[in-house]
Amino acid sequence: MKDQIIIRTVSRILIPFIQLFALYVIAHGDLSPGGGFQGGVIIGSSIILYVIVFGIEEGRRRMPEKINDVLNSTGVLIYAGVGVLCLVSGGAYLQYSKLPLGSEHTASHLGIYGIEIGVAITVSAVMMTIFFETAGKNDD
Amino acid sequence: MIELFFGKYHYWIYIALMMIGFYAMIAKENLIKKIIGMNIFQTAVFLFYISAGKVRGGTAPILWEKAVLYDNPLPHTLMLTGIVVSVSTTAVAFAIVIKIYREYGTIEEDKILGLAEGERFREENPAPPVP
Amino acid sequence: MLDLLLLLFLVVCAIAAVSLKDLLSVTIILGAYSLIMALVWTRLNAVDVAFTEASVGAGMTTLLAIAALTRTKRMEEGGTMGKKASAARRAFIFAAVILTAVMLIYGTMDMPDFEDPLAPMQTHVAPRYTAKSYEEAGVPNFVTAVLANYRGYDTLGETTVIFTSGISVILLLRRRKK
Repeated sequence: MKDQIIIRTVSRILIPFIQLFALYVIAHGDLSPGGGFQGGVIIGSSIILYVIVFGIEEGRRRMPEKINDVLNSTGVLIYAGVGVLCLVSGGAYLQYSKLPLGSEHTASHLGIYGIEIGVAITVSAVMMTIFFETAGKNDD
Repeated sequence: MIELFFGKYHYWIYIALMMIGFYAMIAKENLIKKIIGMNIFQTAVFLFYISAGKVRGGTAPILWEKAVLYDNPLPHTLMLTGIVVSVSTTAVAFAIVIKIYREYGTIEEDKILGLAEGERFREENPAPPVP
Repeated sequence: MLDLLLLLFLVVCAIAAVSLKDLLSVTIILGAYSLIMALVWTRLNAVDVAFTEASVGAGMTTLLAIAALTRTKRMEEGGTMGKKASAARRAFIFAAVILTAVMLIYGTMDMPDFEDPLAPMQTHVAPRYTAKSYEEAGVPNFVTAVLANYRGYDTLGETTVIFTSGISVILLLRRRKK
């Protein structure tokens, strides 16, 4: 589809705004509907839009396979890591109020932020991986 | 009797949706149709749970100073997890269907079973060596 | 009234998706089904769930289904219960569906009425979540507080499930470079 000038221009302009909206949804998950999952899926969808318009090889050039494989597991590592950090600081696993980041209210809020970031990274990377693998030409 | 109907007809519509998905899962023979039936069944189950958590006069479960009564936030949380698990299962199911197509060349269930039976028969009774 | 109209539209979409033979049309109808489902959930005040269903159901599942049917066949070849099935199989399928429906309807006779504020579901642990969630968890959104603080283990399991599905798709479909 990259020879249709309207689709090419509009998607080039819109994709950064879609990703900015996704970051807004992730960051405001505590105050309004949203959170890690929804923002992660929106980031994955923006890269999938790029792949649909410009082709799979171009998309793989922008998101190399090795970085995609590493990002798959980084999110789960961050989530479990926050839990272990809470263990080290003296509480139970995933008890955010014991983190040494200020009052209990603030520590709890920041712990939830950390978790949402981890979930968003894993969900966006896995959505990209699944689309690349099912849509790529892997025939013999 | 009439108030029994008016209190519960929502649940019966959700059960109708579940049965449509169930029928697609067991009666159709195309593998992709079966997966689509499973998806319809799953979303109908989520609808059932979330509508069971609604309270008359309640608002959305976000802190608001003018609210008197809130909806129950627990089914929303559990069904959020359910939607995410549903998309993961659908993705792996589609990957398995693509693999089956590469191996057997068809995605109709009766033809695949016939081909698999033929393979198994040939494995157990190998052809005698040509003299 | 609007709720009833949306629900009937859902039933019509589901019946159409199940009976058509062209799988590309079925995928598009399923996208419309997801969108109407998100509207129904907004009418039921479940805004987080509606957001997730709109982005995941109408976005990801439609894309995955189109990618899958590009790699396999686009048209379904007959095989619906009408043509080749024997009478015994047809009778068995109808009996199974109707029996399950009757059992489920019998089960809903005992349930509390729709939108009842005194149902046991609304008086057990939910008042504690809505009353004390801001002091204990520190976030105004009750659903995020329950998801990340009160039920944090479930969310860890869910993230692991997504991660496992990504690895399964890589293992099934990626070509090894020899």
